Amino acid sequence: MESKFYEKDKLLVFKISEEIDDHSVQKIRRRADYEIERYMPKRVIFDFNSVTFMDSAGIGFLIGRYKFANMLGVTLEIANLTQSVKKIFEMSGVLKLISVTSLQESTAS
Amino acid sequence: MKEQVENEMRLEFLSKSSNEAFARLTVAAFASQLDPTIEELADIKTAVSEAVTNCIIHGYENRIGIVKIYAKLKEKEIIIEISDNGKGIENIEIAKEPLYTTKPNLERSGMGFTIMESFMDSVNIESIVGLGTKITMSKKIKSHEKKESEEDTYTILNT
Ligand SMILES: Nc1ncnc2c1ncn2[C@@H]1O[C@H](COP(=O)(O)OP(=O)(O)OP(=O)(O)O)[C@@H](O)[C@H]1O
Ligand SMILES: [Mg+2]
Repeated sequence: MESKFYEKDKLLVFKISEEIDDHSVQKIRRRADYEIERYMPKRVIFDFNSVTFMDSAGIGFLIGRYKFANMLGVTLEIANLTQSVKKIFEMSGVLKLISVTSLQESTAS
Repeated sequence: MKEQVENEMRLEFLSKSSNEAFARLTVAAFASQLDPTIEELADIKTAVSEAVTNCIIHGYENRIGIVKIYAKLKEKEIIIEISDNGKGIENIEIAKEPLYTTKPNLERSGMGFTIMESFMDSVNIESIVGLGTKITMSKKIKSHEKKESEEDTYTILNT
């Protein structure tokens, strides 16, 4: 996972590139929470473009980050859902809670 | 005429989360003998990942035990059994319900069984408290037309 902070917009983008399962999610979670607290952004976007595999651990991860961000007053969004990632998020109902955004527009300025 | 593919495999490994990727990739490699589409293969990988993760985090919780996988190819179908000798499930009907989890504090979402059921054709759960759990899943791979040349290579490689 790589991250980039856009100072002007107070936007923090995480680009996840690992397969998301119970094993990998532990590391990703620690890193995400640490950086959210460190930058205190207004918005956080998780980019799923390079995620080639995700199981239910991804749902728990996203709901967990959503709650964490909410607690800190940070808006959380997701971008670039691949077909398989979308299928799993749709099944769980998290898309009713978390909005899908376009990364191109968000980072254009 | 080409013979029906009939094959079996067994795999045993320690209940460590680092084995989750190993398990799903191994079963996927085995299943690829049925010539599935990329999507069918992704479905199998996800279902295996769910069942194996459950053995590790629920069956064995914090101790180390052995997770077993047995898979069989029969005509155009793969049958996969994934089992542990862990703590077992008290009420299977409740455990199967979407969003039901006994570990919400570990950021589990309770979607594992729902995902297995929607990605596979059948999912059967057998469990005895104190003895362990066995999940049996099956999926039919839809046949699609193969080119003559591909068929030849396949036959040669398998004789
Ligand atoms: N192998 C197992 N041994 C013991 N209990 C199990 C096992 N598999 C599942 N369970 C029980 O069934 C419940 C539901 O399992 P399911 O996979 O649907 O959700 P989860 O694992 O809790 O969350 P998620 O899979 O979404 O991360 C679990 O919370 C657990 O109590
Ligand atoms: Mg599970």
